[in-house]
Amino acid sequence: MSSKVPAARAIIVVPAWNEQLTVGETVREIRAATPDLPVLVVSDGSTDRTADVARDAGALVLELPFNLGVGGAMRAGFRYAVRHGYDAAVQVDADGQHDPKEVPVLLEKLAEYDIVIGARFSDGDDTYKVKGPRKWAMVVLSKVLSKLAKTKLTDATSGFKATGGRALPVFAEHYPVEYLGDTVESLVIALRAGCKVTQVSAHMRPRRGGTPSHRPIKSMIYLFRAGFALLLALIRRYDTAAEVDQKQARPAVKEGVTR
Amino acid sequence: MSNTYLVALVGSILVLAGIVELLRRRQLGEKYAVLWLVVGILLLIFTVFPGLLTGIASGLGVAVPTNLMFFVGILFLVGVVLHLSWEVSRLENETRKLAEDQAILRLEVEQLQRDKQENVTD
Repeated sequence: MSSKVPAARAIIVVPAWNEQLTVGETVREIRAATPDLPVLVVSDGSTDRTADVARDAGALVLELPFNLGVGGAMRAGFRYAVRHGYDAAVQVDADGQHDPKEVPVLLEKLAEYDIVIGARFSDGDDTYKVKGPRKWAMVVLSKVLSKLAKTKLTDATSGFKATGGRALPVFAEHYPVEYLGDTVESLVIALRAGCKVTQVSAHMRPRRGGTPSHRPIKSMIYLFRAGFALLLALIRRYDTAAEVDQKQARPAVKEGVTR
Repeated sequence: MSNTYLVALVGSILVLAGIVELLRRRQLGEKYAVLWLVVGILLLIFTVFPGLLTGIASGLGVAVPTNLMFFVGILFLVGVVLHLSWEVSRLENETRKLAEDQAILRLEVEQLQRDKQENVTD
């Protein structure tokens, strides 16, 4: 259509678990910010009207039959993306924390990298503040992951991520489903499969719904679980070579084949 | 014949019968069948010949024969529990994949149906 070389075909994946109050507005906002990109809401075993609200707002909806956690929801999204021949998937949370206007910034970087993280406190204004054990966990995580990635990653646990290139087929098969797996372990898997990771700074807005956990005991538990997740990720074995090669071999499902 | 001997004998026969019955009703997978049959038969053998356990224990240098039994029993049970944990993890993973694919297929079917309807109305 346009003379411009089209950028990689991308899809936006929104994992949502019982977020009927926020998901509609988030989807509308994404569609306004990036009209060319399809929005795929993964309703993660929601018991409220999340799926209906998302559909009414114009999103494609995957309805998981029961709750699988963010990791499972995202893997379903990645599998859909690979099956339908997309080159990239961008995760945007349903609670409105991530600004969809920054999606093109992430996608632009995907030309050179396999994963682009929208980091919450890179440089500039950091309105997103954390402290205590949760902060220590984040510091340790970013130190270790930066070393692995051979580049500075300040916010490894950000949910705002663009996945493309070699990482997408790997994630479609191996995206971790355990606690914190969707952030920490997924990065380790990608790095060990030879993917290139980078970050861009992103603004985080206050959530439209839900409350962040800042209780000290919860933060301590978070610290331990994050450390354990990292340790597990580092010693686990992954067979990712097959998926990296597979991308060329397997033809994707084309939309509208019946026509 | 002492009373305890009789109780032990009836107990082990009941365990063995239970295992065989579960197998017969196809409630126990083939891969566990052999394992539990061996356990049941060993149990019966040691009940019928209590001297066997004493002999093995003294041969291994274990002073109290029942301690050998407890040791082997606990080791065996830990192994079984570990195996079951592994099995559950594997099953959970398979269920997850099925759930994900089911959701994807459902969306694809809905899209195909919509396409079809649009073609008809055109």
